[in-house]
Amino acid sequence: MATQKTLAVTGNVLVAEAMRQCAPDVMGAYPITPQTTIVEEFAKFVANGRVHTEYVTVESEHSAMSACVGASAAGARVMTATSSQGLALMWEELYIAAGMRLPIVMANANRALSAPINIHCDHSDIMGARDAGWIVLFAETAQEAYDNTIMAVRIAEHPDVMLPVMTCLDGFITTHSIDRAQIMDDETVKAFVGDYKPENALLDTDNPVSHGNFAGLGGPYFEFKRAQRNAIDRSAAVIESVGAEWSKICERPFGMVEGWGMEDAELAIVAIGSTAGNARHVARELRAQGVRVGVLKVRCFRPFPFADIAEALAGCKAVAVLDRSESFGAEGGPLFLEVRSALYDRAERPAMVNYIYGLGGSDVKLELLRQVYSDLSDLADGASTPGRLVYLGAR
Amino acid sequence: MHEIRWHGRGGQGAVTSAKLLADAAFRSGFEGVTSQPSFGAERRGAPITASSRLAHEPIRVLSQVTAPDIVVVLDDSLLGVAKATAGMRPGGTIIVNTTKSVAELGLGGDIRVVTSDVTGAAQAVDLIVGGQPMVSTAILGAFAAATGLITMAGVEAAIGKAFKGTAASKNIEAAKIAYECTRA
Repeated sequence: MATQKTLAVTGNVLVAEAMRQCAPDVMGAYPITPQTTIVEEFAKFVANGRVHTEYVTVESEHSAMSACVGASAAGARVMTATSSQGLALMWEELYIAAGMRLPIVMANANRALSAPINIHCDHSDIMGARDAGWIVLFAETAQEAYDNTIMAVRIAEHPDVMLPVMTCLDGFITTHSIDRAQIMDDETVKAFVGDYKPENALLDTDNPVSHGNFAGLGGPYFEFKRAQRNAIDRSAAVIESVGAEWSKICERPFGMVEGWGMEDAELAIVAIGSTAGNARHVARELRAQGVRVGVLKVRCFRPFPFADIAEALAGCKAVAVLDRSESFGAEGGPLFLEVRSALYDRAERPAMVNYIYGLGGSDVKLELLRQVYSDLSDLADGASTPGRLVYLGAR
Repeated sequence: MHEIRWHGRGGQGAVTSAKLLADAAFRSGFEGVTSQPSFGAERRGAPITASSRLAHEPIRVLSQVTAPDIVVVLDDSLLGVAKATAGMRPGGTIIVNTTKSVAELGLGGDIRVVTSDVTGAAQAVDLIVGGQPMVSTAILGAFAAATGLITMAGVEAAIGKAFKGTAASKNIEAAKIAYECTRA
C-alpha cells in the first residue's frame, strides 16, 4: 500500500531523498561549488548508513562524470548531480555516457554560465548540452523534481532505451525554495524502480565485453549514432508509460507537456520550469476577466514532444515562447526553435514571438508575464507586433 | 495569499528564518507555503533579503516578493540602508528586531509597526555563536505574536525539527521570550 508523507522542504532535499530511495550502487560527485546540496544531503545518507552507495568524491566535475561512466559500464546503477559550470566541464563525458548507452541518472540545478560571473538560475547549462544524447526532463516544482528522479531510473534502464537521463530543476528557485511536497514511502519506490540487471556489464567476467571501442575507419560509428537516434525516439513511449504508471501510484498527473486553459486558448505562453507557475498565476487572473489565455509547460525537452506541442498550439492566434537561455546568432532561443519547427507542417499556424527572459536569475515578475499576454493580444488583433525576439524586462 | 519579505545581514540567518517560517506555517495549517532565499555575494554583514508566501491553496508563484503585506527586519540598522518598507501594501505590518519603541523608529506611512527585542531574547538564553546573538529562530516568536498567522506550537515543532537537544530547547526558549516582548 503506497503511503505518502507531506513535508515543507527544498527541491534539493527532496531530490536527495528520491535518490536515496532509488539506492544507486555508485555516486561519483565533486562536492564543491558549483554543486548542489543534493550530493551533500546524499553524502549524509551514506555516512549515516541510510543508503549503501559507493560514494566516490573526485577532483572535478569532469572526473565525476568519468567515474559515473566507469561505474555504469561496470554494471552499477549510478546517479549524480551537478550544476552550471560543473555541467559544462562534464560536456565531453556527457557524450560518452550517451554513446556508450549508459543509464546514468543525473540531477542538474539549472544555473547560468560565466562570463560575467553569475550563480543564479537560467537554462544555459543544459541547453548547451541538449544535443549530447541525454533524455532531458524538466521540473516546475520540488514535487516534479522528486517524481522525475524516480521515473528517470526506470526510463534510463528500460531495455528499449538504455540512455542517460538528466532531470533539471531551476537553480536557487526550485532547488532552494521551501515548498510543500509529498514523499512516497521507501518500499513503494523500491518496488517501482526494481533491481537493475545490466545486460553488458564489464564486471560480468563470464561474458566478457568491451565498451567504447574505436569505431572509425569504416567501423560502425555512423550506425551507432543512428541506433542512438532510434533509442531516444523510442524513449518517448517509455517516458509516457513509466509516467502513467508512477502517476497512478502517486496520484499526480504526468505528461510530456502540461496545458492549462489550452482547450480554447487564443493566446498562449510556452515555458519550461518554475516560470510556468508564475505564468499560470497570471493566466488565471486574465481568465477571470474573460481573456482566453493558456499556458503550455514542456516537461520533457529530449525527446522533444513535437506532436503534442503542435496539437496544443495549432488553434491559438498568438503564442509566446519563453526561453531562459540564448542561442546566440540563431533565429531565437532553443525552445523557440523547437516549438516553431513543431508547427511547420501545420496548415494553420499561430503568430509567434520569442522572449528571452530571466538570464542569470533576473527575476520573473508577474508584471512581465502580464506584458507578454498584452503583447500577444496586440499581435493577435493586428494592432502591433513586439518583434520576433524580445529581451523581456531588460533595462 | 500573505507575502512576506525578510531583511537581514549575511550570517544573521534570514534564510534560515524564512525556511523555518515555511515549516511552522505548514504545521499551523497553511496548505500553500513557499520560502525562497535571494542569494548573492554571500558576505557577512551585507544586506540580504528572502521571500515567503503563505496561502490556503497551492502557491506556484516563485518570483521575489516586491509588494509585501508583512516585512520582517532582523537588524534595525538596516532600516536606514535597505528601504525595508519599499512596496509595502497599505495596512501592512513591519516587524523590527529592536530595543527602540515604535515611536522612536519613526516609520511613516499607512503601516503597522511592531517591535520585539529579539536580540535580547537570544542573549537571555545565551544563544550566542561566534560572539553574535542568533536571532533567526527567536524572530519566529515575534512573527507569531505580531501576525497570529502561525502558532507557537508550529514554531516549536519547526525549530525542534531543525535543531537537536539543548540547541533546540534554547532556540525554542528564545522564541517564547521574543513572543512575550513583542509590542505594537
